[in-house]
Amino acid sequence: MTAIPTTPGTEPELGRARKRKEDARLITGSTRWTDNMALPGMLHLAVLRSPIAHARIASIDADEARRMSGVQAVLTGRDLADEQGSLPCAWPITEDMKSPQAPPMAVDEVHFAGEVVAVVAARSAAEARDALDAIDVDYEDLPVVLDMESALADDSPLVHSDLGTNRNATWTFDSAEAGTGGDVEQALADAEVRVERTFRQQRLIPAFMEPRSVVVDPTGEQFTMWSATQVPHILRTMLAMTLGVPEQKIRVIAPDVGGGFGGKLQVTPEEVITFLLARRLGRPVKWTESRSETMVSAHHGRDQVQKLALSARRDGTVTGLKVELLADMGAYLRLVSPGVPILGALMFNSIYKFPAYHFTCTNVFTNKTPTDAYRGAGRPEATFAIERMMDELAAELDMDPLELRRKNWIGRDEFPFTTIAGLTYDSGDYEAATDRALELFGYRQLREEQARRREQGDTVQLGIGVSTFTEMCGLAPSRVLGSLSYGAGGWEHAQIRVLPTGKVEVVTGVSPHGQGHVTAWSQIVAERLGVPFDDVEVLHGDTQSSPRGLDTYGSRSLAVGGVAAVHAADKVIEKAKTIAAHLLECSEDDLEFSGGRFGVRGTDQGTGLADVALAAFAAHDLPEGIEPNLDAEASFDPENFSFPHGTHLCATEVDTETGAVRIRSYVCVDDVGTVVNPLIVEGQVHGGLAQGIAQALYEEAVHDEDGTLTTATFADYLVPSAADLPEFTTDRTETRATSNPLGVKGVGEAGTIASTPAVVNAVVDALRPLGVDDVEMPCSPQRVWRAITGTRTSSDTAAEAGGGLGSMDTGGGFAAGSQGGSR
Amino acid sequence: MPRITVNVDGTTYTDEVQPRTLLVQYLREQLGKVGTVVGCDTSNCGACTVHMDGHSVKSCSVLAVQADGHEITTIEGLARDGQLHPMQQSFHDNHALQCGFCTPGMIMQALDLLAENPEPDEQQVREGLEGNLCRCTGYQNIVRAVRDASERMRPGAGPPMEHSEPTSPPRTATEQDRAQVTGGQHS
Amino acid sequence: MIPASFDYIAPTTVEEAMAALDEAGEDAKILAGGQSLLPVLRMRLADPRLVVDLGRVPELRGVRQEGDSLVIGSMTSHHEVLGDPLIREHAKLLALATRTVADPQVRHRGTFGGSLAHADPAGDLPAPALALEADMVIAGSSGRRVVPASEFFVDYFTTALQPNELLVEVRMPHWTGWGAHYEKFNRVAQAWSVVGVAAAVRTEGGAIAEARVGLTNMGPTPVRATGVEQALLGRPATSETIREAARHAAEGTSPTSDASADVDYREHLAEVLTGRALTTAAGA
Repeated sequence: MTAIPTTPGTEPELGRARKRKEDARLITGSTRWTDNMALPGMLHLAVLRSPIAHARIASIDADEARRMSGVQAVLTGRDLADEQGSLPCAWPITEDMKSPQAPPMAVDEVHFAGEVVAVVAARSAAEARDALDAIDVDYEDLPVVLDMESALADDSPLVHSDLGTNRNATWTFDSAEAGTGGDVEQALADAEVRVERTFRQQRLIPAFMEPRSVVVDPTGEQFTMWSATQVPHILRTMLAMTLGVPEQKIRVIAPDVGGGFGGKLQVTPEEVITFLLARRLGRPVKWTESRSETMVSAHHGRDQVQKLALSARRDGTVTGLKVELLADMGAYLRLVSPGVPILGALMFNSIYKFPAYHFTCTNVFTNKTPTDAYRGAGRPEATFAIERMMDELAAELDMDPLELRRKNWIGRDEFPFTTIAGLTYDSGDYEAATDRALELFGYRQLREEQARRREQGDTVQLGIGVSTFTEMCGLAPSRVLGSLSYGAGGWEHAQIRVLPTGKVEVVTGVSPHGQGHVTAWSQIVAERLGVPFDDVEVLHGDTQSSPRGLDTYGSRSLAVGGVAAVHAADKVIEKAKTIAAHLLECSEDDLEFSGGRFGVRGTDQGTGLADVALAAFAAHDLPEGIEPNLDAEASFDPENFSFPHGTHLCATEVDTETGAVRIRSYVCVDDVGTVVNPLIVEGQVHGGLAQGIAQALYEEAVHDEDGTLTTATFADYLVPSAADLPEFTTDRTETRATSNPLGVKGVGEAGTIASTPAVVNAVVDALRPLGVDDVEMPCSPQRVWRAITGTRTSSDTAAEAGGGLGSMDTGGGFAAGSQGGSR
Repeated sequence: MPRITVNVDGTTYTDEVQPRTLLVQYLREQLGKVGTVVGCDTSNCGACTVHMDGHSVKSCSVLAVQADGHEITTIEGLARDGQLHPMQQSFHDNHALQCGFCTPGMIMQALDLLAENPEPDEQQVREGLEGNLCRCTGYQNIVRAVRDASERMRPGAGPPMEHSEPTSPPRTATEQDRAQVTGGQHS
Repeated sequence: MIPASFDYIAPTTVEEAMAALDEAGEDAKILAGGQSLLPVLRMRLADPRLVVDLGRVPELRGVRQEGDSLVIGSMTSHHEVLGDPLIREHAKLLALATRTVADPQVRHRGTFGGSLAHADPAGDLPAPALALEADMVIAGSSGRRVVPASEFFVDYFTTALQPNELLVEVRMPHWTGWGAHYEKFNRVAQAWSVVGVAAAVRTEGGAIAEARVGLTNMGPTPVRATGVEQALLGRPATSETIREAARHAAEGTSPTSDASADVDYREHLAEVLTGRALTTAAGA
């Protein structure tokens, strides 16, 4: 890579803690959320959802609803059956994968509680909602399939009877077969020590703060869809493919989008239905969901049963790892549902030098909300499992968990390192990150305090949890995604336009929803072109203005999209150089570009980029064959994933009387490669930690025996508040990625991936002297207390949740006249 | 339909509303004050927080008719003459937002918190924001921003804006004092 | 989410409110602070024809002393309770419990009377009201009646209030000089109580002269832990005494299993939290 030019005397843009350009509108309320849109003649859509997890729709009577005030149309799945198509799944992981039809609106049968059965379009949102109450659906109950293990039994009822099985697919990797290593069964048979565990990755809800919303305007030459989506480009292509609408007739815009975390990486039933309604009625239509709708209908994440066996020698050297997963798809395959566990398949071995590895995952259909990507997607599950296993092995061997890890991890001198799973880790320094984390954490002092509390039999016990993680991210590379049967590539695109006045427009194919790409891309391009940060405008999230891209997920935006911007900038410089040489009447070889200026070597002659841009615009005197603009575009498709890593240490205080867990301190040192903006990186880590800790301690989507989601509000699904989370100590080490010229790796998912096992390891570590070797997630007080006391749950309500509004309607209260007031 | 008169961010509005109309719907749909947003159905997320007569409330859990005769301040009423309120500035300076959806409610609650307790410690900030959910930031920078704002808003320490009001009386949670803290023009 | 349509009336006197309730009967809902009612209406778990808003009845608001009684208007907000010097002095337990209710925004709107009348078994104010021997003053078409807290809470979300009745104010004796603590155990900060313990203790010369203990969410109604109270009488205010007394905490309770806790865990928590609440209240 060539040296990055900088303006002498100014702070380099790369690595600078720039405050975000995005904030100005967000802190003043001058925002453009999809739900803010109001178009002339716009109708509002309300969605009727099945309250039943599995049933045949015997009849739907909507006559009364159709007669209600303001109601324009009431449509059922039957009404749309010929045009609604089947929602796309872009990741057929095996050739024999079983795929059910996935109509946006149920036609004959519903397969999960929350599935769309009818929609109302009305003048106002209130009138549309009122009409839902007047629609009468007659359901004939069918047997409900909820548990993955019993779903696979021969005599299980079926979620989709036409598939003949509840098994979606089985995907296997075996190091002996792949030629990357030895035979796991042999390793397990020869083991001096064997650790076997089964972990449950509970079902989670992404819980982005902005509920989803879609507006479709059919009145222009193109259908214009505004959607709270992470993936406007994918959405456009998939709408065209699903509905047979010519792609050029669709424009998708992602305006301000309030978080996604994978939860808005989707082509949703409601997007398709809103499109169809707008097309049918010839008027703009808006659908905005309530939070209660989000909870049951937006895709969920995680939900795996993980069975692991690890073999090792007495000295701690690991010799084999066998992983058997069951992954709950829910009732349908959404955009990448079946591939999510596969994103973790090559990560269970993590940073350790296992000589033998076997992975198999069976995806299972159940009558629940479909699962799909949620922050980390497959990799948090893998990291959790291996980091829990390493702590269990350390306990088994009576070794310090960090010493065990040191013994087995890839040394800093061993990069690039090809793993047992066949991936090549290009760079890393686990020693440096770990040493720094230990220093910040005060590891020895905490161990001493732990020993003291154990000796004294304190009510509150101290636990220390370790997680040394890596992840594959920066999704790309297209070639590898292809080999994993993914339906699209992973390249990214950028265009740079130097305007006649010397200002710069950057068009990017990634689609931010809170990350701060506008700021970061401004820094990258300002640095590269030597123009002021404030002179750079970044355009994104509209298929009209940014026609090519694959959007934002999988910590890919910077490592793929940011690098595309670098390449586009380099092309601009190349082109400008030709023009500059022409203007200066010198050879291109005599020019050097620095700080936004072309100078003739050895002279004080030169010209600035803005002058070149103006000359290109005027086009009075351009070299032969040069087009009259200073624009360039580039696509980037890296050769390899990037591999952020880090060491996370968590100290928990566990109240052994109540089971309550408090995080006393949390230290993480992450290595995400080169940092463009440390402020943004730190923010990403904080947010990731919060979500990973939430999985460890608080959140769980719970279904009752009928398949009804009982954690269907924020009163019952426990998203932690500021009062529930600790202050984090974060730091970084920096080893450059070698797969891209910026040396960046990606940071979006790191905190989430690493933190969950650190917390659970800390909880278990606190309780190990009491005979505890696992606590199922979330580690609720009751679960912790039961682990300590060895008591089993006294009823079937093993699932944990808050004590929220769920109690309200079951309580049978709210008698009329009761002074329903404050809570 | 009931007729209500409400002062929102310094402008008086008289409107007919359905009794069932929530204050937040009235703000968004009838007044075009779309800076205040709705994030849940159960008053847990706090994204819709506004001030009613100087106190923070969740505008999804107040009927528009209940606001009749009252004064509402939203996120859109904080900046004056193009100058950000110190709390807004602190959120920006401390990178206390990512997607920004929770931000209006978070800022409005943070102002209420400082009106109650002008110099909160970290734990007090966390507890004062317990009714506002953020999914992006892990709250760390929000806590920083609020403490930073408390420094900036301390009498004598802040930018000129704070001193455009009469000298603050000793800090008690009086309505007048609150109005100053929130920058509400109509104390 | 949007509530179903309803009519709305905002009386300015108790009499007007009573008249509206009389006319509407069971089709009316009373809107106090609305912090539970509004979510319920939005989710269409209730569908009243008429909502009677008490927010403009000034006489229902405020705290005052009347002889030996502390009188709290039913429409006094949680925030007002928290800031009230009379309550701080004579009913500290109530202030401490109120501080744990929901979050600051909800405490600005939510009311003391609304919470009691809502009678959520996981709500934090019924147990202190019971422990502090509050009397509920109820207005009905035939005048006013007084119902002690011990008879006011009838079942889940159900009180002695009839459809055409109104909780006007709450009276309680002075608990001046009593040590107090509300020990709330919940999953996240703004969640309802899994179990809560309201304790008030009067000590004399290092001994416990009197104690009052109320339990939150240990049954369909708040429960007075009389076994605990009796076990403390006249005993030295030590951790040993308290630990022994706390063993009686779950006696006479009838908690249910729900998503947060099963019966045996709740019973265990009642004991542990009672011990903690008493320890703090007694300064032991």
